[in-house]
Amino acid sequence: MSRSIIVSFLMRDKVGNALLAVLLALAIIVPFCSLVFEPGDTFYLSSYWVTLLGKYLCYALLAVAVDLVWGYCGILSLGHGAFFALGGYAMGMYLMRQIGERGVYANPLLPDFMVFLNWTELPWYWQGFDMFGFAMLMVLLVPGALAFLFGFLAFRSRVTGVYLSIITQALTYALMLAFFRNDMGFGGNNGLTDFKDILGFNLQHPGTRAALFSLSALALAGGYLLCRFIVNSKLGRVLIAIRDSESRTRFIGYRVERFKLFVFVVSAMLAGVAGALYVPQVGIINPGEFAPLNSIESIVWVAVGGRGTLFGAIFGAWMVNFGKTWFTGAFPELWLFFLGGLFVVTTLWLPKGVVGLSAQLSKMRRSKAASVAVSEKSPVQAQAVEAEPQPQQASQVAPEPEQQAEPTPKNLDQGAANV
Amino acid sequence: MSKPKHIPQNTLLYVDGVTKSFDGFKALNSLSLIMEPGEMRAIIGPNGAGKTTMMDVITGKLRPDEGIVMFEQDIDLTQHDEAEIANLGIGRKFQKPSVIENLTVFENLELALSGGRGVFQSLLHKLSNQSFGRIEEVLELIRLQDKRSWLAGSLSHGQKQWLEIGMLIMQEPRLLLIDEPAAGMTDEETALTAELFKQLAQDHSLVVVEHDMDFVKALDCPVTVLHEGSVLAQGTLEQVQQNQQVIEVYLGR
Ligand SMILES: Nc1ncnc2c1ncn2[C@@H]1O[C@H](COP(=O)(O)OP(=O)(O)OP(=O)(O)O)[C@@H](O)[C@H]1O
Ligand SMILES: [Mg+2]
Repeated sequence: MSRSIIVSFLMRDKVGNALLAVLLALAIIVPFCSLVFEPGDTFYLSSYWVTLLGKYLCYALLAVAVDLVWGYCGILSLGHGAFFALGGYAMGMYLMRQIGERGVYANPLLPDFMVFLNWTELPWYWQGFDMFGFAMLMVLLVPGALAFLFGFLAFRSRVTGVYLSIITQALTYALMLAFFRNDMGFGGNNGLTDFKDILGFNLQHPGTRAALFSLSALALAGGYLLCRFIVNSKLGRVLIAIRDSESRTRFIGYRVERFKLFVFVVSAMLAGVAGALYVPQVGIINPGEFAPLNSIESIVWVAVGGRGTLFGAIFGAWMVNFGKTWFTGAFPELWLFFLGGLFVVTTLWLPKGVVGLSAQLSKMRRSKAASVAVSEKSPVQAQAVEAEPQPQQASQVAPEPEQQAEPTPKNLDQGAANV
Repeated sequence: MSKPKHIPQNTLLYVDGVTKSFDGFKALNSLSLIMEPGEMRAIIGPNGAGKTTMMDVITGKLRPDEGIVMFEQDIDLTQHDEAEIANLGIGRKFQKPSVIENLTVFENLELALSGGRGVFQSLLHKLSNQSFGRIEEVLELIRLQDKRSWLAGSLSHGQKQWLEIGMLIMQEPRLLLIDEPAAGMTDEETALTAELFKQLAQDHSLVVVEHDMDFVKALDCPVTVLHEGSVLAQGTLEQVQQNQQVIEVYLGR
């Protein structure tokens, strides 16, 4: 690995490692507050809060997945909610089969909705979902396989830009319609619900909820680390090259469609994991999760947080969802307008999101200082020049403030690290 | 397309009878061109003569309507896509400088470094000391040592041109197709570029498209004049400059 890369890795680490530390702390503190303290204690966290925070972690993992494809590779997927929902359904199918005779119809094999439809045997695609390991494999494989098939066709045909966005949107919409149908065998309109337990642990028990929360925090940390490994490798630089100039990347000899396919599949699997952790916490999965709006919301999270940084996506998912929780409580009917407005404001004034804003602000501050040029250099540069002042570089950078101010993943990190 | 028998031995690039039309307009009209290993060729011609289109056809960006495009005598380039052709050893510099703006100068060169084009190879790629040294060499060659950590987007136009030439060198191609390298360069930079190309021509084949006649003169190599999609004249710069047809369509305007 080149020296410049190692330095940028370390710069990235500052925010990233802080984030990982926060996640680990949350994984311990939240269960502690929920289980050790009694209701009424200052530090007590009710199951409601544990579940709500757990949901935010799942959303954040989805946001990281979206940022990997959109922020780094320029693939604006408006259908990532589909992968999230498929992961959720795979988990839901396992949870359904755990209900067994405790269902309303007390059928040992068939979930209630199948008995209700007068089905007599379990469809082939429900086989094996009574096994946790198999179900978890499907959480990864089903979204992964769909992403592979879809990406293979779309990227090979060089469908890009808004056309790709539209067909990803169509994909999730088509799946929503399909899952609404009763004869698909996924519970139709009502989806899958009334779950009882997971691996034998009662889902209503605060301990189970706390454990699911901690698992979500660890999954988010793991997903973040995986994506960080990817974007910090040479592959990550190929992704940026594809985002900035796809045809140039081809003429250097990279098979662009394979790189896109790789990140698209990895991202879909991460979204699937997020969905699988989400479902036992909220207790239901229904076709509404495929709604195009959900996918668009995940794009807004990433845009608001700041694309192409990974941690920005996490902050964005948290901020927007905290906002949503408050907003839908206070003015439920205005939420969509607010969401749309947020997207417009971000696109117009915060092209690099909140993370970019702090970078912009620190740049504005620094551009007033006389030493502007030296500090404007991207972090890797500081290392390359061994921190010694280089007047000739300084004078060359100074006349191009707008170009240098252009936040990139790298100087974004620097800005964020300076907050 | 069957392999024509008459491709001469020791031909690096063989383009024959290539036609490419856009909505009936023939941007290339039965174009023929032969390049030998180690040859440098300047291509001149008025705007719209088809110079860039010719490069598009050779590098797989466009498929010709008809004609033969062979590399190293037996590779039919019309059957390969851009990435394959790049990996066969044909590098290209675009008319409009195209570097990866959000990567540093160093990273741009690293990206272009030959080898390791696979997805998983890239994921686990580690820059060897040898490769690191190679990048240093090229940084020096293109005079961007002290800007190695700059984002490519913040370079001047001429520096971007050089970075792109550097990327081309990193790919270790056998044939370099270079579209208007001197555009946006100072006179001094232009002269240095001509020197660099002459140096490269010692072990590469180069096709250089350029409008700047001083630059072409400095290259001191055979010249092909394109006009309306086909070859109008060929020879030394003096010869083509005296060619009556060439004077009419191009030089004498
Ligand atoms: N994709 C395209 N669609 C339609 N017409 C095209 C396309 N590409 C090139 N042309 C036309 O083909 C002709 C040749 O274009 P080309 O770019 O090859 O010229 P050129 O010799 O490179 O000119 P210049 O010196 O201006 O770069 C021009 O008339 C151009 O308008
Ligand atoms: Mg041209």
